[in-house]
Amino acid sequence: MNIMNETIENVSTMLKNKQISSVELVKDSLSKIEATKELNTLHEVCSESALQKAQEIDDLRAKGQDLPILAGVPIVIKDNISMVGTFTTCSSKFLENYKSPYNATVVDKLLNAGAIIVGKANMDEFAMGSSSETCAFGPVHNPRNPEYVPGGSSGGSAGTVAGNQCFASLGTDTGGSIRQPSSFCGVVGLKPTYGLVSRYGVVAFASSLDQVGPITKSVRDSAIMLDTIAGYDANEFTSAKHSTEHYYENSFKNSVKGMKIGFAKEFFESLQNQEVLQSVMNAIDFFKSNGAEIVDIKLPHINDALAVYYVLSSAEAASNLARFDGIKYGVATTEYKDLIDFYVQSRTQGFGKEVKRRIMLGNFVLSSGYFDAYYNKAKAVQNLIINEFTDAFKQCDVIISPTTPSPAFKIGEKVDNPLEMYLNDIYTVPVNIARLPAMSIPCGVASNGLPLGLQLIGNRFSESTLFNISDYFEKNCFSLREVK
Amino acid sequence: MEYDVVIGLEVHSELKTNSKVFCSCKNEFGGEPNTHCCPVCIGLPGALPIPNKEAVKMTIKAGLAVGSKINDIAIFERKNYFYPDLAKAYQISQAVRPICVGGGVEIEDANGQKKFIRLNRIHLEEDAGKLIHNPKIGGTMIDYNRGGVPLIEIVSEADMSSAEEAVAYLAKLRNILQYIEVSDCKMEQGSLRCDVNISLKPKGSSVLGVRAEMKNLNSFRSVTRAIEYEIKRQSRLLDEGEEVVQETKRCDDAINRSFSQRRKEDAQDYRYFPDPDLLPFRIERSLVEEVKKTMPKLREEKIRDYVDNLGLSEYDASVLTNDLNLVKYFDKVISYFNKPKFVCNFILTTLLKKVKEEDEADLVVPISAENFANLLSMYESGQISQAICRELFDEIWETNEDCKKLVEERGLKQNNNEDEIKVMVEALINEFPQSVADYKAGNTKALSFFIGQLMKRTQGKANAQIASKLIKDILDK
Repeated sequence: MNIMNETIENVSTMLKNKQISSVELVKDSLSKIEATKELNTLHEVCSESALQKAQEIDDLRAKGQDLPILAGVPIVIKDNISMVGTFTTCSSKFLENYKSPYNATVVDKLLNAGAIIVGKANMDEFAMGSSSETCAFGPVHNPRNPEYVPGGSSGGSAGTVAGNQCFASLGTDTGGSIRQPSSFCGVVGLKPTYGLVSRYGVVAFASSLDQVGPITKSVRDSAIMLDTIAGYDANEFTSAKHSTEHYYENSFKNSVKGMKIGFAKEFFESLQNQEVLQSVMNAIDFFKSNGAEIVDIKLPHINDALAVYYVLSSAEAASNLARFDGIKYGVATTEYKDLIDFYVQSRTQGFGKEVKRRIMLGNFVLSSGYFDAYYNKAKAVQNLIINEFTDAFKQCDVIISPTTPSPAFKIGEKVDNPLEMYLNDIYTVPVNIARLPAMSIPCGVASNGLPLGLQLIGNRFSESTLFNISDYFEKNCFSLREVK
Repeated sequence: MEYDVVIGLEVHSELKTNSKVFCSCKNEFGGEPNTHCCPVCIGLPGALPIPNKEAVKMTIKAGLAVGSKINDIAIFERKNYFYPDLAKAYQISQAVRPICVGGGVEIEDANGQKKFIRLNRIHLEEDAGKLIHNPKIGGTMIDYNRGGVPLIEIVSEADMSSAEEAVAYLAKLRNILQYIEVSDCKMEQGSLRCDVNISLKPKGSSVLGVRAEMKNLNSFRSVTRAIEYEIKRQSRLLDEGEEVVQETKRCDDAINRSFSQRRKEDAQDYRYFPDPDLLPFRIERSLVEEVKKTMPKLREEKIRDYVDNLGLSEYDASVLTNDLNLVKYFDKVISYFNKPKFVCNFILTTLLKKVKEEDEADLVVPISAENFANLLSMYESGQISQAICRELFDEIWETNEDCKKLVEERGLKQNNNEDEIKVMVEALINEFPQSVADYKAGNTKALSFFIGQLMKRTQGKANAQIASKLIKDILDK
């Protein structure tokens, strides 16, 4: 048995039963990371602090202390999440040497639960991208086939889990950045309801859309992770005052009988890829034959979500990234004519092409004379989309769709075509626009050998429902883990 | 040619909350540079703002004090621009939905006529840090202690037409903000500062001229100077048929000069949009009512109170109420010694002079109200002479020592014994025949001379009134 292939659930039991120590587990994780480092999933490996923390956990366990389920389990976090003692680069040259003096709330929560953070995952620069090729430290490779992209922007986070370098990771999802790479890498990705997981200490891309979520090997592990990181944070004004649900304990009913699954034809109209279509149809058939009801719903403005997304996310990003001016930290040019030139030179040197593209787009839509036509219009369409989902959820419990319009593509294939790259997020973006939760779970394998993903979208704060239906599918219909 | 002057003011006032407006750092003037800072107020990646309820309440209070309408939903927006003192490269401010809308204050114009200056709005925002130009290193340092301090911006309509009106308006606002205790309004520390917008148009014309904006003025004098200079400059340009170019000037106190910051062609586009980290927030009516209950008496009410209930003159009450610190002091003193007119007189003649001598921008009386009340009480009841009272006042201004004890210890009690004084007076009259002659010739200074001599001999303890009467009685005989 290769222990690194196991789920959190299983290794946690082994740790509890002292079949393995946390130090051994961390060592296994570190050697797997070392052996597969050409995947470029991680920017930084925290060997020393991880081993030290593992020893502490082992000591506590030896004393007979009752520890949380994550205690002693190696975890990776995305490199836009602040953690003391590590770099927080957002895979940008600009922040190559930036170390945060404070922890993100999610990091504190993981550490309090005894999780061992072994590394920080590469990503698309400032989370802008769908392939992890805009990472300033080189592209990340898909562990299922290194010639292919792992998706993005949380490509390192998905890759490190799929490559069995750790047991789970945290990603962030602004328009699909957890679900799309999870789909490309064949792992389970959850984008929680906006406000459920704290954003404090997570470097902002688009504040009204960003959400932290887990990437795991199984649906049940996803619930374990969410239990640890969810909850109201007084440091965040947009944090939801939603009471703790104990997802791992309470979600799994092992039945989909009587569930209403929404089918919106708008999701499928533009879908070209037959393998993707077939995998989702198989899933629909499976649910139907197991007692679920398929309900036709209408989401007429769903295809405008991508345009809304690029206006709103770029506007917020332009403002959020303005603080990277070279004055306080980050890249600071040494040669400049005056203050303005200092800003221009530092930012020109520090940011990559895609980031510059979004900043320019964002400042354009915010500028006077264009604000109404773009920003306000986008906000209005966002409201339409929110209302359409609200109506849809009066008729169904979850909405089904593919996660992506195609399986993973080759590194370099789309990097020069931003519009085609943006289309990758066509099914995931509406979820962020409507602040809903959604999961991506493996639902098949394409002819190129790469995984396909199924997206299940829930109503606000219905993560529990998503866990139940996804777990049922994983156990009874399709799982990449059992295929092996 | 004659011109109408059109002036509007944007007044910035720092609120005196305990903590900053979006984090829990101390809101305090000064301190070692960059010691009142945290990830939020220096805008570190990932840090998020939480609005300070106290700051919102104080803004509401300011609005209520000037008759503004309080919006039920307010929005924080981002004002985006690059400057080293602005850590996030955007200022959290309010544009489309400020907390307070409308209202106004009354001032007196040059002819003593009442004039109402309308307000456009009052909004809440965060202050920026401070640039410190350091000649030693030949560079500029940044202190973020002030970054994130709550600031209200009070925007007037362009209703003023002279430097005097602008200053009167500013003084009025300052007085109100002090009275409701939302701001220290210390102009020299920058907790009250203003931007002036000014334009000229041909007399009687209804077409507004091109305006110039002068930013960051932090004294009444600089406001007056800036306006007078601009009036001269713009009328000269217009007289010569030249164009006034829209521009912004910044008065930089660190290098003490004003310079043209930008012209219209490169006018800033602040790209305002709702801050996604701060959702639109509801201001409940109950909160407004709660704030209303904490509203103290404003100056006009205080003047009425002093005139109607304490018998002060309109003028005296008006001078006394000019500064809230003085009002508080006065109220405390008369709680120990209930002779308001007497106390007021002494304050206006002696105490205020002292304050002016010391050139204290912020009025602080170093004598405790009780001690001061005792001093005045002894003087009023004739226990000590006026001369001793003045001397003691000067002394305890420095030391705040118990004046009663001093009078006891040094035996400073006034001599009110007519017989004893009479003996001394007669001796003086015999000693200075020339002064007696002067007096008889009608030179009243001779009387002062005798009193002065008497005080010298008694170390100021003789009752001057009794002495004066005795001298007159003797010499007029």
